Amino acid sequence: MEALADCIIPPDSETPGGKDSGCAVFIDRQLAGPYGRQEGLYLRPPFQIGAKNQGHQSEKGPAQAYREGLAALDGACKQQCGGKTFAELSDDDRVGVLKALEKSELKLEGVDGKSFFAQVVKDVQMGFFADPIYGGNRDMVAWKMIGYPGARYNYLDWVSRHNERFPLPPVGMTGSAQWTRS
Amino acid sequence: MSRRLPRKDVVIVGFGWTGAIIANELTDEGLDVIALERGPWRDAPTDFPPGYMQDELRYRIRHELFLRPDQLTFTFRNNMGQTALPIRSWGAFMPPNGVGGGGVHWNAEMWRFLPSDFVLKTHLTERYGAAFLPADMTIQDWGVTYDELEPHYDRFEYLCGTSGTAGNLRGKIRDGGNPFEGPRSRPYPTPAQAQPFSHTLFGKAARELGYKPFPQPSGNLSQAYTNPLGLRLGPCTYCGFCEWFGCSNYSKASPQTTILPFLIRKSNFSLRDNSEVIRINVDRSGKRATGVTFVDSSGEEWEQQADLVILSAYALFNVQLLLHSQIGQPYDPVTNTGVVGRNYTHQTISSVNGFFDNKKFNFNPFIASGSIGMCIDEFNGDNFDHGPHGFVGGGYVGQVQTGARPIESTLVPPGTPSWGAEWKKAVKDNYLSTVKPGTGVHGSFYAYRDIYLDLDPTYKDRFGRPLMRITMDLKENEIKQNKFLTDKFAEIVKAMGAEKLAVQYRTAPYDITTYQTTHLNGGAIMGTDPKTSVLNRYLQSWDVPNLFVMGASAFPQNAGYNPTLTVGALAYWSAAAIRNQYLKNPGRLVDA
Repeated sequence: MEALADCIIPPDSETPGGKDSGCAVFIDRQLAGPYGRQEGLYLRPPFQIGAKNQGHQSEKGPAQAYREGLAALDGACKQQCGGKTFAELSDDDRVGVLKALEKSELKLEGVDGKSFFAQVVKDVQMGFFADPIYGGNRDMVAWKMIGYPGARYNYLDWVSRHNERFPLPPVGMTGSAQWTRS
Repeated sequence: MSRRLPRKDVVIVGFGWTGAIIANELTDEGLDVIALERGPWRDAPTDFPPGYMQDELRYRIRHELFLRPDQLTFTFRNNMGQTALPIRSWGAFMPPNGVGGGGVHWNAEMWRFLPSDFVLKTHLTERYGAAFLPADMTIQDWGVTYDELEPHYDRFEYLCGTSGTAGNLRGKIRDGGNPFEGPRSRPYPTPAQAQPFSHTLFGKAARELGYKPFPQPSGNLSQAYTNPLGLRLGPCTYCGFCEWFGCSNYSKASPQTTILPFLIRKSNFSLRDNSEVIRINVDRSGKRATGVTFVDSSGEEWEQQADLVILSAYALFNVQLLLHSQIGQPYDPVTNTGVVGRNYTHQTISSVNGFFDNKKFNFNPFIASGSIGMCIDEFNGDNFDHGPHGFVGGGYVGQVQTGARPIESTLVPPGTPSWGAEWKKAVKDNYLSTVKPGTGVHGSFYAYRDIYLDLDPTYKDRFGRPLMRITMDLKENEIKQNKFLTDKFAEIVKAMGAEKLAVQYRTAPYDITTYQTTHLNGGAIMGTDPKTSVLNRYLQSWDVPNLFVMGASAFPQNAGYNPTLTVGALAYWSAAAIRNQYLKNPGRLVDA
């Protein structure tokens, strides 16, 4: 998962990538919680295949989809890349595999690889931009990168100051980045 | 077997805006009123504390304040030939839950409908001829006029402290307001909110193109305000967490900030939360409601008897309760008979995102309020000649960006990869210099013979009752309307100085998975003829005169505006009819 997170959000000289910013931790926690179990959703049968615009119609929740999707991805990598799992591939090979997955050129066993990867991209990016309380966006790195000041609630002095950069650093729900233990 | 509670004068089903308005009006009349709310109690200091409310993941992405589909959902299909499937997680709209209802997590956009919207069928037929309308379009007049509703619009605006600039004061058109609005008897109670940078740029560009832009009327207040009930609202701080969120700051008009603290002190009012009404009970004649049956959080069933039943749940749930209670004849699109479920509509929404040069533009897009915005109304309703365009209806367009919460507002220009190093750089370069109106194009949605609500043959809820089935698609008229409006809007965003545009039209098939608005309407509509409406002009059931049904379910079709102000005005209008006419002589207020 960490290897995937770093492909989706690669580290650069200013901002850490998906791995060091905690996106895999975010996804682990989300999948272990109500989201992963589809808690609160309507799960009564029958489960029928419908049109895409009728929405998700599966008994499987995201946790199970990730278990199956990640295993199938490793399976496909082993078969096509000399027995190596996804995490054992070089950076370039990883990106190559994901591009093929995105274009449906690489098929996964028993899993719709294209939609699984789209879900992973969405979740990794969500972890990057959500409040650090959820495990990603460590030290508010994503918010610093884009210039979002975080969980502030008063911009009265700033609403009419046009085209000026807001000067204050971001704060999260549990405080500022200085409180994070390294 | 349900246990019976002591009889009340009035039982209210669902406690959002309309439930709170009716409860306050009828307790003023001295009646003993009980309200039943399916969801939990909610209030600002306990449920929306500042510091924990600015949480996009919890509230927007994971739907904290909304109903859970396992409690109740709907099935959906595009047309009568398709099999409807359950909406297993919410998408196109978000049903509210809990005390305050949608009034907790709305954006607080406070629009009046146009005078011509209330006489739509008559107006369009007179101007363009009946043949101009699509054959399967089933629009109707409302049975109430703008002039009749005006005092009630005014009352709701003053309850909420609405911030805005009047465009038509007693018939006199005023600069800076909406010149197309119907005449208003008083100015807005508070001045318009201050506008952030991108919103003012929209105003400037629109003016230069010959339009008359004005600030969107707002229930997030520009200044402190004490309402007629003596309740105080604080000035909005532009935190950008309105829609999907409760306001921690007492700045957004909601039942909690404008009515409840006054109402709950009355000894003739009581409320039961976590109590889901499953049926309206009627006597053997079928013409008189005896009260309601509800289930509490431990699964126990109770009966609440009352002389007067007010149905004031979210639009879809009003219709569902009528169908489950077998009140009114269910609509059948094949024979075109029956009324309950007829004229179901939504809103035709689209947007244009503009990407600007980040060396010249910094919008600080996170500084906003839910109803901030500069808009134009030249293309709403029948404000323009539709003759050359071949469609009817319209909407307002504007820069109504309500914040820039980072999960959903980190956009990249068209053609950028959706992940990887190039995506990351584009996010960084564009976040502060992108214009992303939530609903830049906010169009009407007219009614059609085969767009309707009925009970699903297959899927059941947790009580074993059939789910309600939505049959809904976008018709050619709305698609043309949206294309026209979206192109006009794109011209203005381009004139603001955007280098790249991402233009998104609303197209068929109607998609239940992507959010549009929660403005669902119809299914229990008001009108002048019991053959084509569930309610008379006072929102009274034609069939069961001691039942009144509030909310947007009464809209015969939807106009190009956000519905809440009209929903509130109709509640005051109906309450006045109950107080001044019905209570003196309980029975039908209009002869059928």
